[in-house]
This record gives sequence, C-alpha cells and structure tokens, in this order.
Amino acid sequence: MLKSVLIANRGEIACRVIRTARDMGMRTIAVYSDADANALHVKQADEAWHLGGAAAADSYLRADKILTIAKQAGAEAIHPGYGFLSENADFVSACQAEGIAFIGPDAPAIEQMGSKSAAKLIMQNAGIPLVPGYHGDNQDADFLQQQADDMGYPLLIKAVAGGGGKGMRVVEHSGEFKTQLAGAQREGKASFANPDVLLERYLVAPRHVEVQVFCDRHGNGVYLGDRDCSAQRRHQKVIEEAPAPGLSDALRQAMGESAVAAAKAIAYVGAGTVEFLLDRDGSYYFMEMNTRLQVEHPVTEMVTGQDLVAWQLKVASGQSLPLLQQQISLQGHACEARIYAEDPLQDFQPSTGSITYLRQPQASASVRVDTGVLEGDAISPFYDPMIAKLIVYAEDREQALAKLDRSLADYHLQGISTNIDFLRRLATNEDFAKANLHTGIIDQHQDTLLVPASVSDDVSLALTALALSPEQARAGLRLNQAATVQLPITLAEQDLDLTVHKGLCGSAFRLTCPAKAGPTETQTSLEFSGQRNGNQLTLNLNGETTYASFFKHNKTLTLFTAAGKVEVQLRTASVDDYNQGASGNDGDIIAPMNGCLIACMVDAGQQVAAGDALLVVEAMKMEHTIYAPSAGTVTEIYYQVGDLVAADAQLLHLEVEEA
Amino acid sequence: MATLNSQINTQSAEFKAKAEAMQALVTDLQWQVSKVSNGGGEKYQAKHLARGKLLPRQRIEQLLDFGSPFLELSQLAAHGMYGMDIPSAGIICGVGLVQGRHCMVIANDATVKGGTYFPVTVKKHLRAQEVAQQNNLPCIYLVDSGGANLPQQDEVFPDKLHFGRIFFNQANMSAMGIPQIAVVMGSCTAGGAYVPAMADESIIVKEQGTIFLAGPPLVKAATGEEVSAEELGGADTHCRTSGVADHYADNDEHALLLARQCIANCPKPAGNSLPRKASLPPRFAAEEIYGIVGTDLRKPFDVRDVIARLVDDSQFDEFKALYGTTLVCGFAHLDGYPIGIVANNGVLFSESAQKGAHFIELCCQRNIPLLFLQNITGFMVGKKYESEGIAKHGAKMVTAVACAKVPKFTILIGGSYGAGNYGMCGRAYEPNFMWMWPNSRISVMGGEQAAGVLTQVKRDQLAARGETFSAADEAAMREPVLAQYEEQGHPYYASARLWDDGIIDPAQTREVLSMALETTLNKPEQETRFGVFRM
Repeated sequence: MLKSVLIANRGEIACRVIRTARDMGMRTIAVYSDADANALHVKQADEAWHLGGAAAADSYLRADKILTIAKQAGAEAIHPGYGFLSENADFVSACQAEGIAFIGPDAPAIEQMGSKSAAKLIMQNAGIPLVPGYHGDNQDADFLQQQADDMGYPLLIKAVAGGGGKGMRVVEHSGEFKTQLAGAQREGKASFANPDVLLERYLVAPRHVEVQVFCDRHGNGVYLGDRDCSAQRRHQKVIEEAPAPGLSDALRQAMGESAVAAAKAIAYVGAGTVEFLLDRDGSYYFMEMNTRLQVEHPVTEMVTGQDLVAWQLKVASGQSLPLLQQQISLQGHACEARIYAEDPLQDFQPSTGSITYLRQPQASASVRVDTGVLEGDAISPFYDPMIAKLIVYAEDREQALAKLDRSLADYHLQGISTNIDFLRRLATNEDFAKANLHTGIIDQHQDTLLVPASVSDDVSLALTALALSPEQARAGLRLNQAATVQLPITLAEQDLDLTVHKGLCGSAFRLTCPAKAGPTETQTSLEFSGQRNGNQLTLNLNGETTYASFFKHNKTLTLFTAAGKVEVQLRTASVDDYNQGASGNDGDIIAPMNGCLIACMVDAGQQVAAGDALLVVEAMKMEHTIYAPSAGTVTEIYYQVGDLVAADAQLLHLEVEEA
Repeated sequence: MATLNSQINTQSAEFKAKAEAMQALVTDLQWQVSKVSNGGGEKYQAKHLARGKLLPRQRIEQLLDFGSPFLELSQLAAHGMYGMDIPSAGIICGVGLVQGRHCMVIANDATVKGGTYFPVTVKKHLRAQEVAQQNNLPCIYLVDSGGANLPQQDEVFPDKLHFGRIFFNQANMSAMGIPQIAVVMGSCTAGGAYVPAMADESIIVKEQGTIFLAGPPLVKAATGEEVSAEELGGADTHCRTSGVADHYADNDEHALLLARQCIANCPKPAGNSLPRKASLPPRFAAEEIYGIVGTDLRKPFDVRDVIARLVDDSQFDEFKALYGTTLVCGFAHLDGYPIGIVANNGVLFSESAQKGAHFIELCCQRNIPLLFLQNITGFMVGKKYESEGIAKHGAKMVTAVACAKVPKFTILIGGSYGAGNYGMCGRAYEPNFMWMWPNSRISVMGGEQAAGVLTQVKRDQLAARGETFSAADEAAMREPVLAQYEEQGHPYYASARLWDDGIIDPAQTREVLSMALETTLNKPEQETRFGVFRM
C-alpha cells in the first residue's frame, strides 16, 4: 500500500482526497498557491508546500514545480483531483519517469480520450454508439462551417481538449457559426493550450446519463451504476443524482457494459466516467470519457456504499478492485447540488468576495457536505467558483429531493451571491420531481427558477426590524415616548426608511415605512411580535409564525428563512461617502467584476457606435464582453490586455457624443 | 439577596382606581411631550426643511449611535411661561451615545422663535453643561440660534448664571479635558459666535451655517460695508480663511458624521469602575406601580412595593429594617449595577434620619451610587421630637447627603415638602439627576398645611383683638392659598422652571435610571469627605 500522497489540487476535492488518504494511514501532502495560503486543504493535510502565484498557470498547472515538490517531500503518489493536471498525459508520463505513482490512468488512455475526436474514433471501432459529428483534424474555419452546414443546426462546437463546459458553444444557425467558433477556439487555447475543436449534432432534449467505471491493473473492470446529470446550465452540471431515474434494468446494464467496454478499449486503469446522451427513445450515444474522479462521484458512493477515493488509492497501490461486478449493488437514491458563488438572477455571473458567514447543514450518514472553504475565506476570480457540494441520501428519489431542499435551506452563507435559492427551486420543480429530465430543463423552466426568494416584503421588513433593533431593554429609549429606532434600509433595490417602535416591555413592535415610489403604493404599517435569541428570530405576524436566522456584517444583513435568503443593506452614511465626491460620470466604463482583461477591441481616439464591443473581461474562465453604452470617442484606456482588474475599476473613458 | 415578595392584588377596586388615575396623568404627560416634540409647529418646520436643513430631533437621531437611548433633559421647560408656547424652551438637551460614548447633546431648535434664548433656555443650556461637567460627558452643540431673545435681555445677559456662563463653562470643561464640539448648522450671531469659537473643534455646514459677531444689517449700519451672510461668515470663509471653523460639511448629515468622527478621535478616559453583574428584570411588571402609588398623596403605600418593581430580580437587602422604619434603606442592583436606596415610608423621625445618615456613609465608603425615592411630608414636629434633638439628627442626614460624592439620583414619587426635600437630596443637593413622577408635588409645605398655618396665625391675630374668624372668611383665605400651592407645586410648573430634569413615567423609571447610572460612571469615583456631624 502507498504510504504517502501529494494532492495536486485545491478546494473541496483536495479536502475529499485528504480525508480518505489520512483515513487509510497515508501521509498527505498539500500544495497551494498564494491565494490559498490559508485554505482548508492546507490546514487538513499533514504538510503543505507553496507552489506559486494565484493564477492556475503559476501554481496548480505547474507540473514541473509539483513534481519537484513531490520529490522533495518524498511523495510516493500524486492524486490530481479533477481539473488542472488531472487529464494531462504529459504530466502522467513525467510522474512515471520520476517513479511517482499517478493516481489515474496511464498517459496513453488520457491521450486517447483527451482528444475528443480521437476518442470517438476509438469508440466507433469498439462498437459504441456515437452522435453524428465532425471529429477530424481539419480546423480550417471555412471547412468547419461547411461541415456544420451539412450536419444541420443546432450543433455544438467543443474544444477537443475541453471539459466542464469550457470552450463549448451551441450554434443555433449558420450565421453565428464563425463568431462562436472563434470564441470556442480562444477559450480552448486559454484553458487547455489547444484551440482545436470538434463539431457535433445537438440532440433535442436528451438526458445526460453517465456511468462510473473502475479498472485495475489485473484486467478487472466494473461499473458502479450510473448518474443522471441532465440538470445543467451553460453545460455545467447543477444537480446530479444516482441512480439515473426511470432506466430499465436492461438499459442500465447495457449502458454499464458499454462503459466498461469503452474503458477496456483504451486499457483504462482507475476511476473513469463514460458520459452518454440518452435520447427519448432509449438509444444512447457515447459523448466522452472523463479519465478522472468526477465532481459528482459522491452520489455513486452514497448508493453503492463504497469510497471511490479508497478504490483509487488501492488500485494505484497495485491491488485488485475491492469488488467484482456481481458484488456491486445499488441501494436508495442520492442527490448532489453544486453550490456556486454566482448570481443566478444576473445571468449566473460569478460572484467574488469574502465569505463573512457560513453555517452548513448538520452532516450525518445521509447528509454530506464536501467543501473546501471556511468562514472568512475569499472566493477569488482565479478558480472555479464552486463553494461546496451538498449530497443527500434517502430511500427513494422523492425523499432524497425533499431532504436536498431542506438541507439547502440550512446552508447559510453571507458575503457572496450563491445559487442556493435557485437550487431549491430546481429541487422542488414539478418536472424535475417527476423526473422529466433533459439537458434543457433549466432553460425550459427559467421563468420559475430564476426569480427572487419568495419572502413577502412584510415578513422581510418585520424580520429586519427584529434582527436590527438593539437588544438592550433601553435601546432606543425616548422619555415619555415609545422607544423608536430609525432603520434606513435598502430591500430589493428599494430605499426604505423604517421606523420601529418598541413597546415599553414585552415583544410587541410597530413598524411604519413611508409610501414607496409609485402612485398606488401606500404607507406600510405592521404590528407584530417576536423574539431574538442570539441570531435566531421568531416572528409572529398576522397570526403566522416565521422562523429565521440572520447574520449582519458591516452594512449587510442577511436573513435566512425557510422560503429563501433575503439581503438587506443598511443605508447608514459614512464620512467617506462625502469625500469621494462626484464619481462615475456617464462615459466611464466600469469592470463588472474582478477578472482579467483579455481583449481590447478599440484604440484610444477611436470612434465607436452604441453597442460596439469594447473590451472582454474574463473571470472564472467565463468571458464578459463590455459594449459601448452609447456612441462616442474612446479617449483613454486605463489597462492593458493581461492586466487583472478589480470590480468597479474604471477601464476606459468614452467621450459621449451629444445626441 | 432577599426577595421582595410584593403582594399586591392587581384586581382590587382600589388598585384599579389608582392605576386609572395615574394612567390619566401619564397619558397627559405623553401628550404634552408629543406636543413639544413638534418644536415650533408644522409651518416653521416646513420652512426649516425647505432650506435643506434637518429638524433638531432628526439631527440628534443621526448624531447618535444606532439604537442609542436618549435621556432628554427637561422636555417641558418653559411650559406655560412667558404667555406663549416656547416648546422645550427652544433647545433640546440630553444624553445619548455617540461612538459608544455618553455625550451631552445641546441642540437649538430654530423652529421655535428662531432658536433664541429665553431665560429658561439659558437655564436649560447651563443645566445641560452642568450635567456634562458633573459626569464628564463630551458636549456636542448643534448650533442654530439667533442668540439672546432681545426683549428678555435683562434676564438672559448680565447675571452670573446668564448667557456668558455658557462660554465660561466651555472654557473650563475644555480645561478639564471634556471635549467641546460645535456643529454650526444655522446662524451663530454675536454672543452665539463664541459657541463654535470656544469649541475644541468646530464643524460648519456650507450655505447653512454662519458665524459672525455682527450680521450684515449691523455691519451695514456700523460701517456701511455691504456683504452677504455667506461671505461674512459662511463655511468657506471660516474653513479656508479665518480658521474659526475646522471642518467643512456639505450638509447636515455630513456635519453630523464629522461630529461623530471628532468624538471617535477623543480617547475615552477611564471612568468609575463600578462592577456590573448580569442584569435581571424585576419580578413584577413596572406598570403595576400605577396602581400601587396612585395620585392621592394622602393615601400611603409601602415603598418596598415600588422598589420591587425597579430593581433587578426584585432583590433588596434592607439595612436596619427594624429601626427608624419610616425610612427604608437597602442595597440592590439596577440593570446589573449596585445601588443603595433611601426611600421614604412615612414622616422622618430622629431614628430614621440617623439611619439614613449611616446608610449614606456606608454607600460613600463602598462607592455605591445612591437612589433617593422622595415621598416626604417632612420631619416630625412636636415637643417630644424637638427635645430629643430631631433638628440635629435631621442635620446629620442633610450633611451626609450634601457631602456624598457617589452618583446620586433623586425621584419625587410623591410629596416633597420642607426639610424632607433636603434630607432626601433635593435639587439643592446636586443629585446627578432629579426627576418627578406626574403625581408628585413639591413645595415648602403642603397646601393644606400652608393654609392651616396662615389661617391659624390670622385666627390668633383676631383672637388677640377679641375678634372671631368666621368660617366664610377662613374659607376665603384658604382657597387662594390652596390654589397657589396646587399650581406651583405641580410637576409641570416645577419642570417648566428646571427645578428638576424632567417628569418621567413611573413605568419607564428603571430604564431611565439605568441610562442615568451609566452616564454618571463616566466620571471616576470621588472620595467623600463629610462635614461635622452634630452628635
């Protein structure tokens, strides 16, 4: 058995690997970038070594440095996690050359599956069904356009080296093909140093069903059931579950056997995932094989009762697979929700900042939180914005989804926007509950999924008053008048001036809020009672009891209720508000978020029309193009391509033309 | 500690009648206060707001910490005086928290007669400064005043405790290290110009605040020079050229934030290190005081029933419970702070006076603040009592009260008559704070007694001449005396003239005391040195 392992990764997966490796008595060695010096995986490992700068290219992608550290630290093996170097064949070869066990398949298997076009050819030869497409080497744009036009739309452009939705574009019609092609090539080049793409027919409403396979070096290969990962947005999985619901035993077995056959076709070793598109008619097509441990592996662990990281470590130690195919059985149902730092209501824009408050649901045998962050950690623009995975297990799918919803409601976080309320809407969506699954389910239901938390304004206001009114008996004391607290707040982008009157004793409150803008609105006046106990609130309003908890950090109050999270900003002024003077005139183009300026389409002095693309800021590996808000002349550009820019930084000045 | 098992039947007819009567007084008090809270009224407030200024109470809200209590002084100052309404005497004073620190806020209300100083306005300003000095509280002056009320100049300008004393106090408090911050939010003319000029730091609001010794009309009359108020003494002039003001504010909100910043930059000195326990509410509802005390001063009640509704967990360790029983003395905690209570439970006898003096000595020795609950018709009179030396025993108590240097709080919960007022720490004995309940009365003696004395003297005079005093004549003599004592002994009359720091709702007393107690702790403990006790 291996005695030590270096984890060449960060975040939740590094923590996940460390947990099992330590449990198996191995010495764990973490590596970290500047941005991760205080990260959880660094704290959990037996030792931690500094890699380099915050950017992945300076740290977690530095194969040379990682190998040097592995040798210095005396690591017998390297676990690559997912992403970064996990599917980098050169790195695998380098590990082998140094006599360090790479926990994953051998380099040729990665190479064969790494190029999506090559992989399809191999699978075709192995008799595994494929979606029609072009997987060839000819990358000439006109040639590809021709191929695309022949194949028909919609179709997908994918970076051959890509994964996780990066470098992937859907093309709806011929006219936008070349623009999307350029984008896919640029992302492919930036993320994987390979601009090559492949084309594929885009099936209408297929399901994404994948099979977990495992192979050892003794010729054994098994599948550990399947997973449905159809709920996706921008081709990123959102909620995954195991087993895939509604599959006949025959289909499940057929897909499992195809997957093992696919793995054997490339002499695969270790954990791998074969992804299929499952069409309405029950036919399935090979999509790709991921030659690593998947993000969503915990749902398989839940239903099989197996620890897949332990399997990986055993296989890498040269042992046989712990179980034979007939020993593997599936029990119950598991769901995983990926909690991301993003704002679903702002087109899922990544959110960066510090986690000022974090309370996770109580972990148990049936509730598992895989995370790499702690309260106080910063979510930087450098890495994937996933904060945590919440995995639940229950006897059946219905109970599992209910448990997922409840556990998500107990996941309380302040400081950055998250997709938690969105995940809860999805988990409780009727079609989703009925397992009417397909990869477009989120788009289909976006009108009901992408809406703010359904907490009534009255409840929000009363909870705000309860949470913010000072606790002392004589808070807000006014002689011979009701104790009064003025609360200037912003709720749902509306500035409100609340006046809270507290009864002399007891828990009675009266709250008034002047009429909001608009002729039909009238003054809000609420009478309620309630209690605050630490950060727990109990509100009685109009005969209804609401329980909530809250956290206040600086001017932000976050209320966590069963119906969702509500953010309230306190509008208390500070001296700085005045010193800043008048800023932000119309011509200033502001960075929408922390990120890197990756393209600048204009020069100083250039005339632009309204809607012209000016700049591209990349954050979290997503590109955000900034367009001219109005016609004018670019007078100055304050940054250069390659510069990191902070949110709200002034990027460019546009002298607006007088209309 | 011992628990006060207050056994009050809140369902009895007597209780209900008393409670109802007290409730009526409290309701009237709240109504009076709500009236004066509107300052000069809607018309003048609208004008004030139209100039882009905040109302004085809004200014105070913004100046204070979020959720801070505000212990307002003399809300009903000038009530019924001068033959016109001068709500709160045109000045709002009180203690609130700024950056977590107790500060004295003194805010002119320009909607009331232009914020000019009537005689009681001066008295209220000086009282606020006195409280600040006595308790070591930074002063924040929110200046918006036309200066002395000219028709009343003889009563506001020349005397020792007139306008000039404001600046004397500023200079001397500054010398004591008590921060003096002025925020000029309106005019500051003539004498008023010295408020910011004498301040440690001053802030001025652009296009609102002006500081000058003589305004444009007077300048023109004196020298013929024509100049606008802004040029003569506006924010730009004083922040950029003259240096009379230190901080330039864009508007009222900004100015108040700057004032908060000034306080933040004054390190808080060590205060009184009185230890504090966890606070516990009393075991009985504060509102029950209404039905215990009632409004008829002739109806006695056990003051322990009141104490049980003021102190933490209704715990009260009585001192000398079996001796001098008409004065209840004992130790308790109020909102976690130790407090010694001296409360009347009947007329003062020699024993009660000696017991009171002893207890006050104990508290001074132990640095325990003192609370006096006054309900006193006076010291016992008569041959027996004079001959046992009640005068010298009373003097011991008065000496003890006068010299005690621990924080002292006095509340008139019933009658306050004659020398009883002295022994129980009346205004002359400089309690840190003194309040009245709406049912209380204060005068040299009760109206009945005064009328009785006067008619007796008259009867004696007539008898000496062999004449008789008819019942009708006696009634005619009594009536105006009773009326005068009732009017002048009323809390509104007293509070209008600053004989107290305000009238408070009995049910709010605990909160008020708690805030006041904490306020006094800004001053380090003082050593008490007593005068000669006549033995």
